[in-house]
Formats: sequence, structure tokens, C-alpha cells
Amino acid sequence: MKIVVCLKQVPAKDAPLRLTADGGGIREDVGYEMNEPDAYALEEGLRLKEAGGGEVVALTLGPERAAQVLREALAKGADRALHLVAPAGAALDAAATAAALCAALQRDSGGGFDLALTGLQSDDMGYAQTGVLLAERLGLPHATIIMQIEPQPAGGDGARIKAKRELEGGYFQWLDIPLPAVLTIQSGINKLRYATLLGIKQAKNKPLARIPLEELGVDAGANRQRMLRLFIPQKTKQTVMLEGPAAQIAGQLFEHLRTAHLLPNS
Amino acid sequence: MNDELRPTALVFLEQRGGQLVPAALEALAAAQQLSAAAGLKVEAAVLGNAEETAAAASQAAAFRVEKLWMARHARLSPYVAEAYIEAAGALLARALPQWVFFCHSYQTRDYAPRLADRAGRELLGDVTALRREEGGLICSRPMYQGKLAAEFVSTLPPPLFLSLQIGAFSAEGLERAPAAAPVEALEPEISAPRVHPGEPFREARQAVDLGQAGKIVAVGRGIREEKNIELARQLAELLGAELAASRPICDNGWLPMDRQVGSSGQTVAPRLYLALGISGAIQHLVGMKASRTVVAINKDAAAPIFEAADIGAVGDLFEIVPALIAALKARA
Repeated sequence: MKIVVCLKQVPAKDAPLRLTADGGGIREDVGYEMNEPDAYALEEGLRLKEAGGGEVVALTLGPERAAQVLREALAKGADRALHLVAPAGAALDAAATAAALCAALQRDSGGGFDLALTGLQSDDMGYAQTGVLLAERLGLPHATIIMQIEPQPAGGDGARIKAKRELEGGYFQWLDIPLPAVLTIQSGINKLRYATLLGIKQAKNKPLARIPLEELGVDAGANRQRMLRLFIPQKTKQTVMLEGPAAQIAGQLFEHLRTAHLLPNS
Repeated sequence: MNDELRPTALVFLEQRGGQLVPAALEALAAAQQLSAAAGLKVEAAVLGNAEETAAAASQAAAFRVEKLWMARHARLSPYVAEAYIEAAGALLARALPQWVFFCHSYQTRDYAPRLADRAGRELLGDVTALRREEGGLICSRPMYQGKLAAEFVSTLPPPLFLSLQIGAFSAEGLERAPAAAPVEALEPEISAPRVHPGEPFREARQAVDLGQAGKIVAVGRGIREEKNIELARQLAELLGAELAASRPICDNGWLPMDRQVGSSGQTVAPRLYLALGISGAIQHLVGMKASRTVVAINKDAAAPIFEAADIGAVGDLFEIVPALIAALKARA
């Protein structure tokens, strides 16, 4: 199976985010990491390849720094990587991103693949649309929020998989999907691996292609939605903040719970 | 396309088994509130098989809409994206609204982006607030897991596709109808979907109904290690509370899945919700923000959980919780 995994580099989970002076973005002097749901998509792709053979291609769209997530993917076992290089500061919306990924996949070795995987959403923009729109642009079936993938024995109507989709409120649904298809992966679908030292060493010799966006004929400024401003959300609730050493905080909290009759038998 | 559109706003009312989901009514209320000032009439639409659409339409009849659209077909049940996109597309081609509203459910996230893309538009998703200005609607939505928010506009002419975050708009102001609105039922052509959907199911009988719990102590990533869950368990026992968790804790297997609070787990509304080391990603907040008193302990002062908290403490839970446990024991 040829599996493409779309990865995004996002600010690290605990990074202190600060707005730029013009309020148009966040300051870039923070740590970055692979978007968590994408890391699960990568792991799922690697496991499918290990079980059934094939190739895993890691694909990202982002500025120069985003190459780091591709190096990480190669170190974990991806066979090769494609970096769609966006100009620094460019912020493509989901439709523009999907258009670029689609153009790159159609160009890459004749456009053929069996499965494209990505995380269900990014921890930065959180559009939760890129994978779905990629499927639309490629004319392929898709499924979102996938918790399990089971390749099926090849039948008369071509290769198919079964995928378990998460619904709300603890419900699930099995889908029977013909390949090629695009799936968006939920965090927790598997256990993530760490890159080994050997993997990191081998990654240096794996192909990592750089493709500037303009080479794909994609206009990084042609967004369908435009951000007017980024801001720190206003508090809508009055929060009583407890301060001081831990023992003092615990004491105040105990008093709050007591007066609100939230202690047992009160 | 613009001048062909009718002066209407269309709300897709999501149904499950013929039952309108609560968030559908929130979207309808928001549409009612915004549309009058914009000179638009509100219409609603339900999709499903014949039984589902009939049941959903009879519930929708209670609310003020100019018209209720139905798209019904056996292939719309169980839900599958391809069939929904075709049915909703056929309905839009007839209803020709300026604004198209959805609730930001898993189902909307699954099909509405493709539906909008086929109309040459993009879905503005997860909207938490809307205001009208010269030239269109300005949408607020969370960014960076709720640590920041942003205002967005569409760069394209109508139709505008919006999905509203669950719980962000109140259904309380929903206008009721003196009489049921006229219904227009479509039976669109729907091709055989490539994806074959199974019936929704529940994994196992849920052992714990957190929805009924009066008090909950919930743990998140900040608990750091599986063995530290014991600390939260001790606190929960002393408070007479149920133990719960955010998604990553259950993903790690540190607590069973039926202890998970959030959009993919249980929705809770206890008298006390004590969040230990939970950052408060939106998927978690939607599951607990109806709690009466929320107490949050987190080392990160910028954690979004504090937005939902009545009482907050920025500090080390491994110091504060043992001190609280000691105070509770001293009382007993």
C-alpha cells in the first residue's frame, strides 16, 4: 500500500503564545512540534506499511522550519518526504492548503496512492477541514475522526478497508471504504513510537524533496476566509483566583467548598 | 450566483433517529436573531429517510421559520457523507439561501466542508460569536486550542456557510411559531455511495453515568503519570465525587473510556467540577461547561480551563491537592 501522511508543524503544546505587535499572528520565537493528531496518523501509516508492505510518504506544507516534522517522520520510518515550502508568514486557509496538497500529490509519481492520512484537525488553526477538502479536490471518498483501520482482503471490486469512525456521545460507526481514500485520524488510535538513534541516522539518507508553492501554481494569498484580528479571548465568567503558597490555596478552596455546601454531608 | 439568491437564511437541523439534536436549535435561534436585522427570512431543512424527516419535521414545526425543507431518501440513513452532500446540494440549489447555518457537530465536520467546496465556498467553522457589519458577517472562533480567538470574514460573495460551536449560542431565545410553516419535501437523486456505512453502535454498556454525578474530580495531562491518578482518586473519595478525565488520560489507558468527559465522551453537569491539570481544550469544555461550580487547578495561567472556572488556582497540583486532602481528613 502506498500511504501518504499529511503532517503540520504547530507551536508546541506548552509554548507561551504571544501576539505580534500588529495582532495579525503569534510571535514565532516559540518551540514547534508535529501536530498531535498528525503524529497518530503517521504512526497508523507506519503500522499499515509494516503489516502489509508498501511505502509511506510524509507530506507537509509550511515555512522552512516545517522540514523538522518531515525529518522526524523519516526517522520514525517514513520512506521519503515532500516539503511544500510556503513563504515565511504565509497562512493558507483549509481550501488553499488542500489545493496545494492535491497539486503535489497529483504530481508525485503519477498521482497514484492508496491511502492519504492526516490528523482530524490542527492544534493551531483548528479548521478540521484540510483532509476533507483534500478528498474533495482529489475526487476521493473520505471519512473523519477514525479510531481504527482494518485492511480487507482484495475482492472483485478492488481494495477496500474497514474504518471505525467516532461519533459523539460514545457512539461509533464502521465504514467500508474503497481505496484510494482520505482518512482523518483521531488522537489515541494507536501508541506513538519514538524515533531510534538508528532511525535518525538513516533518515539523513532518505529523500526529502523541497517544492516551492509557486512551482505548484498555488497562490498562497488566495484564501477564501480572511482573519481580521487575533486576540486573547475575553473572560465571560468571573473567576475567583486563589493565591499564595499551596497550603493557603488549599485552605481557601476548602472554605469555598464548605460555604457552597459542596463538602460531603453539608 | 449572488443575485439569484433568495433573501433567506437556511438552517440545517441535524437529527439522530428522527430526534433533533439540541445544538440544531441553538443554530436556529442564532439564525433567527441575526436574520431579521439583515432583512432575511429564516428557513430550516432536515435530511434523512422518510421516517426520520417526518419525525424531525414535526419537532421543527414548533419553531418560527418561513418554510421547512426536507430532503428524504433511504440512502440518507444511516448517515454517510457522500449521500448527505448530494442531498444537501440539491436542497441548496432549490432553497438558494444567502446564509447557511449548521451546528459544529462531528457530522457537520464530516460533510459540510465538501458541500461548501462544491459551491465554491469555504465553511467558516466552530463559530462562537457573530456580528453583522457593513459588508457581511464577522465570525469569532477559537484558535490555538482556545488559548486565542480570531475574527474571520469570508472573502467571497454569498452564500456564506457557517457552523456554530455547540453551546456557544443559547437556544433559550428560540422563537416559537403560532402555526406550522409550509413544508417542501424533495426526493433528490442520490447515487450509490462508494462508502458503505454501518449502523452507529456503542462500544460496551457504559458502567458509569457521569451525567448523573453530583460532583466530579477530573484529571488531565497535568497529572503526568498513571500512578498519580491515585491522588485524584483519594480526593474524589473524600469529596464523595466521581473520578473522570480528559481525553489524553483515557487514550493512555490510565482510566477507562467511560470516565472521559468531552465531545467524544460524556457530557456532565455536576454541582462541583474540580479540574486537576486539565488545560481545557474546546473538546473538553463542551462536555463540562454546564457544571454549576467549576474549580480549576493548573500550573499554566493561560490555560483555557480558567475561562470556564468559577474558582481557579495557578499552581502545582501535587502540592495543592495533598494539602486539600489533609484538610478534608482533618474535618472527618
